[in-house]
Amino acid sequence: MEYFQFLVIILFSPLVNGVIKKLKANMQGRVGPGVLQPYYDLLRLLKKDMVVSTVTSWIFKATPYIVFTATATAAVIVPVLSTASPYGMMGDVIALIYLFALARFFMALGGLDAGTSFGGEGSSREMTVAILVEPIMMLALFTAAISAGSTNIVRIATVHPAVFSPSHLLALTAFMVAIVAETGRVPVDNPDTHLELTMIHEGMILEYSGRYLALMEWAHYMKQMILFTLAIDIFFPLGIAQSGNPAILAAAVVVYAAKVTGMALLMALVESTRAKIRFFQLPSLLGGSFVLAFLSLVTHIMMGK
Amino acid sequence: METEQLLLFGIVLFVVGALSALVPVKTFRIVPYLLSLIGSLFFLSLGLILTAITPVSYQALSASSIFEFSLRGDALAGFFIITISLVASAVSVYSIGFTRNLVHAGLSGFFTNILILSLYAVVLSANIFTFLISWETMAIASYFLVTLNRSDEASRAGLFYAVMTHIGTAFIIALFLLLYRSTNRMDFEGMKAGIAAMPTMVKTVIFIFALIGFGTKAGIVPLHTWIPRAYPVAPPHIAALMSSLLVKMGIYGFLRISFDVLGQGPEWWGITVISVGAVSALLGILYGLIENDLKLFLAYSSVENVGIILLGIGASMMFKSNGLAALSSLALTAALFHVLNHALFKGVLFLGAGSIIHSTGSGNMEHMGGLLKRMPMTGLFFLAGALSICALPPFNGFASEWLTYQALLLGYQSPSVTAKIVSPLGGAALALTGAIAAAGFVKAFGVTFLGAPRTAGSRNAEEVPFPLVVGMALLAIPCLMFGLFPGPALSFLMPAVYALTGASTTLEHHGMLGVSQTSAALSPIGMLATMTVMMIAVMLFIRMKGGKRKTVYGDSWDCGIPGLTPRMQYTAKAFTKPLRIIYKRIYLPSRDINVQYILKPFFVKSIRYGSEITPFFERYVYEPATRFIQAVAGKVKLLQSGSLNLYLGYILITLILLLIFAS
Repeated sequence: MEYFQFLVIILFSPLVNGVIKKLKANMQGRVGPGVLQPYYDLLRLLKKDMVVSTVTSWIFKATPYIVFTATATAAVIVPVLSTASPYGMMGDVIALIYLFALARFFMALGGLDAGTSFGGEGSSREMTVAILVEPIMMLALFTAAISAGSTNIVRIATVHPAVFSPSHLLALTAFMVAIVAETGRVPVDNPDTHLELTMIHEGMILEYSGRYLALMEWAHYMKQMILFTLAIDIFFPLGIAQSGNPAILAAAVVVYAAKVTGMALLMALVESTRAKIRFFQLPSLLGGSFVLAFLSLVTHIMMGK
Repeated sequence: METEQLLLFGIVLFVVGALSALVPVKTFRIVPYLLSLIGSLFFLSLGLILTAITPVSYQALSASSIFEFSLRGDALAGFFIITISLVASAVSVYSIGFTRNLVHAGLSGFFTNILILSLYAVVLSANIFTFLISWETMAIASYFLVTLNRSDEASRAGLFYAVMTHIGTAFIIALFLLLYRSTNRMDFEGMKAGIAAMPTMVKTVIFIFALIGFGTKAGIVPLHTWIPRAYPVAPPHIAALMSSLLVKMGIYGFLRISFDVLGQGPEWWGITVISVGAVSALLGILYGLIENDLKLFLAYSSVENVGIILLGIGASMMFKSNGLAALSSLALTAALFHVLNHALFKGVLFLGAGSIIHSTGSGNMEHMGGLLKRMPMTGLFFLAGALSICALPPFNGFASEWLTYQALLLGYQSPSVTAKIVSPLGGAALALTGAIAAAGFVKAFGVTFLGAPRTAGSRNAEEVPFPLVVGMALLAIPCLMFGLFPGPALSFLMPAVYALTGASTTLEHHGMLGVSQTSAALSPIGMLATMTVMMIAVMLFIRMKGGKRKTVYGDSWDCGIPGLTPRMQYTAKAFTKPLRIIYKRIYLPSRDINVQYILKPFFVKSIRYGSEITPFFERYVYEPATRFIQAVAGKVKLLQSGSLNLYLGYILITLILLLIFAS
């Protein structure tokens, strides 16, 4: 059972995105599409013919598969419902971050491959945001890893550190800002825009269509859910099953669903109440969050919790 | 006996190779490289043996007790010999195809052989005398290789390199003299034995001198300035040798002195090295990012990787002085593994850059584009190198950086608060460095190999000849192999780690890396297997749900206005513009806009726009220093008036002074 917990992420990640969209629509006084809309979109894209630019090379075609498989492998590493996950032997939290980096590397190359300005612009901005986010994420995760004495996610989730210690709250805040940036949400990027000059992620995948686009979108949904799950595992793991016992597992499913919904609600709230900020104001937002992550580390070392 | 023969054969092959290069017969041109290839294979087996046996000494040419030429092979030397051999053999194969492009093919072959041989001699040196002779041979051979094409730029770069390297050597000589004075021994083994009696103050001075002297060779910031000058003017296979191996001699020397000879130091040594490493890594890659010349970019990236290596070494020193031997061994393993990995992937990247220049006639990314279709093999190997250097799984750079992260994370086990804070910050610096490097290599690969060709040179580019492809493959394949199976690579360096730290940690079990202190594990092969399974699954799923669909080929999206040209692509300069703005406090850019009007302010005749990055260290450190030295030299020149009487007067004054002080 626990061997297949990654399927939760692969199968339900479009749903999570649908829920965020629905919540966002409701907050903004709209009805919005149903929560299953992302599934319909993916299936529709799979059935479409593709248009590929003649300028592109094999990188363009390999990218959707590499992005999808790297993200799916990250989904295997992160424990979802139970800490009895055997895949902690395959990689730790650092490996997870670097699998995302692998996906991003190829996505940025895919953006450059068609030889258009939009693709290049998207790639350039995506890599810039990554430069600002990566140290925050690593430092916040380091604080958690130091307090658990391990970078193994299963181990961090099992150790149950004092959840509301000051250092954890600081690290959590920093990590949340990093998640907003990594998933391409307002105020960093706007997932709904197709206005060329403001888009980051959408600009990069502008040339993709059909099943390639489906894979890219799906991978993006998965990445979002993995990051939610990672935050849950590391900062409030309470309720995650410690064994494969069916009753405990059933309880874990409920707790996990509640936590992910909470994260979705938070994202919808942030997106509805914030405006997208100018690209060059990002350093002050993310720089502030880096300071939080640093403070959380210092707090942990000075106070020991 | 056996190792002695291998050593002898190796040396003879390189010497004969060097001499054969001077034979002015055209068909003879590949001989020196064939000989250096065979020679490096001999040394490879020597290195493999040395990592498995107890240290051996080779005595030779003993003129007196001071001027004694002697070699000693131990595990550390063995590891470096393996690294040198892997790169040197690939570069030799590459050179076989490359040599016909060179201006002075004969001299180039001669000095290449001498350079490789001197690298081996440096790591095998048993005493000060041998070490300095080899060190200088290395410097001189590389100086001639840098300046071989005799352009003004090359001579200036060569001069700068020569000056910098000798400043470094001056510090090295000074530290050797200090060591000799307090231990009365010329050989490293003897010094090591006598080190206990040395006062801490002297040890500290030696440590600082080692950091400066060897750091100049390794290219730590702010002593890195010769690297971005020398590499771009050197022929690419020489740049590969220099970046992969020559800078590693700085690392070797530093390890030999501060780890092997000095043994254990106070904690702040390690923290200093971590800080120097973090600054070098960050500034190195930040300056590299904005460069659009392939070789220049790769040169700066060497500075970055030396920084990453120093992060590991610094952590190791810090743990050692706190008595945490197991952690010290983990950190040093990470550092040495990165030494090997960087040699491999930087080698393939420089050779790839050489192939690109060979085919397009330019080294500037802005002149390229679409090369992947025209040079598929070069592109593939360059991509492998880029993925490795960006530490992306499952390539080798990831394995060593992962170990470095683990070591830095474990810094919290040190007793002092400074160490606890500095080492995770080193980890954050490593994360930032990795992200910047990824941006840089997306730019380098994307602008060069993807999109549409920007100039005729790149439009007409063709795949390079076979030996060049093989040379690149010989380095790119180990990049993937050592990433998937770190076991063999670790077996090269574990004996050296054990010898230096006195502890050995078994990190590798069944193809999996495991750090027991953080209960963290990493299985690159498992990752690759998972990715493969996922790939097959998703392909089946697509086939099931989507069926067979056709692909239409057309133009890229042009917003409905036909006529997209290659010049409309995103350029390398544009790619890094956001970062030039964000990090303007580091780059200190100056811009210069000159507008000429026909009728101010409505009708503009012409706009000239120029922007420049302030090279901080050059402008605020090196230029003032140069001016000062020139001013002093100007004053000293007054002594030299040309009048014989005055010179006789000097002699008289000197004589009197000597008589006064000597009596």
